[in-house]
Amino acid sequence: MTSDFLLSLAQAVSKGLLTGMVYGLMALGLSVIFGVMRVVNFAHGEIMVVGMYLAWMGFEYLQVSPMLSLPVIAALFFAAGYALQRTLISPFIGRPEHQQFLLLLAVAILLVNGCLAIAGPDSRSIQMESQFDSYDLGPLVFDAVRLHAALAAVAIAGLLWLFFTRTRTGKSIRAAADNNMGALVVGLDVRRLYAFTFGVGAACVGAAGALMITIIPVTPFLAAEYTLLAFVIVIVGGLGSMTGALMGGLLIGVSEAVAGLLLQPSLKSMVSFGILILVLLLRPQGLFGKSGA
Amino acid sequence: MSGARLELDGVGKAFRGLRAVHDVSFSVPAGTIHALIGPNGAGKTTIFNMIAGVYVPDAGTVTLDGRKISGLRPDRVCDAGVGRTFQIVKPFRGLSVLENVTIGALHQRPDLGEAREVAASLLAQLGLHDRRHQLAENLTLPDRKRLEVARALATEPKVLLLDEVMAGLRPTEIDVMVAFLRDLNARTGLTILLIEHVMRAVMALAREVVVVSYGEKIAEGTPQEISRHQAVLDVYLGEQEMS
Amino acid sequence: MKLIRRLTDGVPSRALWALGVLLVALLVAPALLGKYGLSVLILILYFAFVGQAWNIMMGFAGQLSLGHALYAGLGGYVAAGLFFHYGLGPWAGVFVAVAAAAAAGAIVGYLGFRFSLAGVYFALLTIAFSEFTRLAFDHWEWAGGSGGLFLKVDSTVDVWNLRGGPLLFYYLILALAVGAFILCRALLESRLGRYWLAIREDAEAAQAVGVPVLRCKMIAVVISAGLTALAGVWNAFYYNNLFPETAFAMGRSIEITLAPIIGGLGTLFGPMVGAVVLTGLGEVFTDASEYFHVPGMKQIFYGLALLVIVIYRPAGIWPWLAGRLGIGERRP
Repeated sequence: MTSDFLLSLAQAVSKGLLTGMVYGLMALGLSVIFGVMRVVNFAHGEIMVVGMYLAWMGFEYLQVSPMLSLPVIAALFFAAGYALQRTLISPFIGRPEHQQFLLLLAVAILLVNGCLAIAGPDSRSIQMESQFDSYDLGPLVFDAVRLHAALAAVAIAGLLWLFFTRTRTGKSIRAAADNNMGALVVGLDVRRLYAFTFGVGAACVGAAGALMITIIPVTPFLAAEYTLLAFVIVIVGGLGSMTGALMGGLLIGVSEAVAGLLLQPSLKSMVSFGILILVLLLRPQGLFGKSGA
Repeated sequence: MSGARLELDGVGKAFRGLRAVHDVSFSVPAGTIHALIGPNGAGKTTIFNMIAGVYVPDAGTVTLDGRKISGLRPDRVCDAGVGRTFQIVKPFRGLSVLENVTIGALHQRPDLGEAREVAASLLAQLGLHDRRHQLAENLTLPDRKRLEVARALATEPKVLLLDEVMAGLRPTEIDVMVAFLRDLNARTGLTILLIEHVMRAVMALAREVVVVSYGEKIAEGTPQEISRHQAVLDVYLGEQEMS
Repeated sequence: MKLIRRLTDGVPSRALWALGVLLVALLVAPALLGKYGLSVLILILYFAFVGQAWNIMMGFAGQLSLGHALYAGLGGYVAAGLFFHYGLGPWAGVFVAVAAAAAAGAIVGYLGFRFSLAGVYFALLTIAFSEFTRLAFDHWEWAGGSGGLFLKVDSTVDVWNLRGGPLLFYYLILALAVGAFILCRALLESRLGRYWLAIREDAEAAQAVGVPVLRCKMIAVVISAGLTALAGVWNAFYYNNLFPETAFAMGRSIEITLAPIIGGLGTLFGPMVGAVVLTGLGEVFTDASEYFHVPGMKQIFYGLALLVIVIYRPAGIWPWLAGRLGIGERRP
């Protein structure tokens, strides 16, 4: 093992960790939605892609950095998610999976092709001012943009954690997730909580999108891949576990980066799917999930 | 279908450290009707589930005519000749009454037409023939219980496990079911083991009664004997239903 | 014949007459339709067939598979590959193709059932296997890698090697669709079919009456996979090209599921009705979207249609239609 190779490996791992943080934020949104309501959100990647486009448009037409437009996008997505859940999705909770799947597939198709209609099929990216900056840690070089995105993702995840553990609504949501009937009996307005949950999940995803556009260009065709990625991360990390979603994100981020280095780049998802299969078979509750879930 | 001898020897089961059943042994000779009684939570359904293959006993064995059936999967236990009903009835809700029982009958009669005929005649015996095309989910509770029994009987078992099949029935309905079971046992020699809270049925049907409490057998004997047994009375003090 | 009697038992005679008329119409359709109409009909029959195959696993045995492209892709690649490299005619190659897909189905099914995966988890397992295979084929030179596998096209009509115009493939897919329909009816009216229904309703109660649940589910998966492979073989020889990106794509898996879900899960006519509705809508939307000159317009209409259908007719179009027409498909 040459030191050059080790350096490349370390570089890949660090890059994977940073990207993985943003993946983790995206997956967190799904963990919240799927974990609390058991809604199979097949439109997850599509929602993120919309977020990416919005951030891109903010930058392209209003010269606003995604870091600044992020809170606005998140708020927008919260409202949209709340509304979507209250109107469309609510009747489908508890229905057979194939119906949920069809509903969210339809939503996904509408979102993706809406983006296509509005923004066209070409890939769009953002050239930030700090594009070529980097931080050095010994021999390792960290992309500034990537690092900022990762830090922002961690900060948002932290806010989310505070929300779920310290606020009344957050705790009510966790209660409803744990025990629906019990929540109803205690007088919690479960429908409103579910709408809130979907809103929070969507806000997460929108924020992740705003961060993602800074490191990866967007096209409408990326969406399905991200939906799958989100599910892989959530399952691997463990349903209902925030740590799990983030750790899963890191794991997948790193494995993608390393696979891209050691194997061919096109095979990177193969490793992710391999990990998914192993987790599904050997530890379906995920690395951080509770067993018996 | 004649009956088989059911024997439990030192059977026990614990769930995550909680001992549900401990060292229970009894036998039900071929062709007899026995009852398994005890307060709620005593472990009766757990015992049934171990016989039926839903749980694997942690200790002890269950044998049918000397052949070990404990540890077999539920469908293999059915192959061996055990039929069972569930405490909370589990009909095939979206299917008709006739289709429900037909599925049971297919176990011994692979031909669909023949199975349907066998099912229809069983339904007639249980007074469900005129409702045979109704969806199971639209039946009243007493009818669902009858359906459950018919479906289990359709598999042509040698031992029938009935889990609180009288619960929720009115006294006249209980009498009808008791008469049916007694007649069935007399005609075919089917071995029957009942879990029951309804003492009226226990007294009328059971030749012998096994009493369990907190997972252990505390008494065994004829209905008359156990109704005077001190330990049994202690356990039931304040809990017995007068029916 | 006893088999025919069993297949038609319980079916009102006017329904049988209607089916007969439909069959005759389909047989003579090529003479009446132009080239375009024929291609649309071929598409309908293809989705009806492959949807029927998927329906066996989902509608009958209750297992949601979102990775069925795996079986279609394997079927197509095996048969096409054998033809391409060894000149093995597809009528022989199909056996190998079906066997390969059935084996894949057995693996997926076994892993899923053995490890008690259900619902979303099982669906994700099927997706993972399909994607994994897609990526593997991208790098497999024997199958042409990501550049694709191409079958030589010439103008001769050679039924043995499935070389020929749309007419040949039309009758082939018609035969497959009719065959699948009859097979499903036969399966439903058999012990296996009844056991599948029982498992779908209440697997625990089914076990208590002697239904071997695991074995029945495995059989459903294997039959479904094998039939889907036939669709893959047909597809490969009709379009004469295969790419891992499309053959194993999740989009393909999804499109396989749409007709049966929209038409009516678990019913005999569902996939057919669904195929007609979806293909019809597709054609209408293609025309309509040409007015807009906006990319993705057709898909937007499509998405809206799906939305409307799942909200207002969640059980599918056929059960509603049958109710309106007064036909009871004895939906068990």
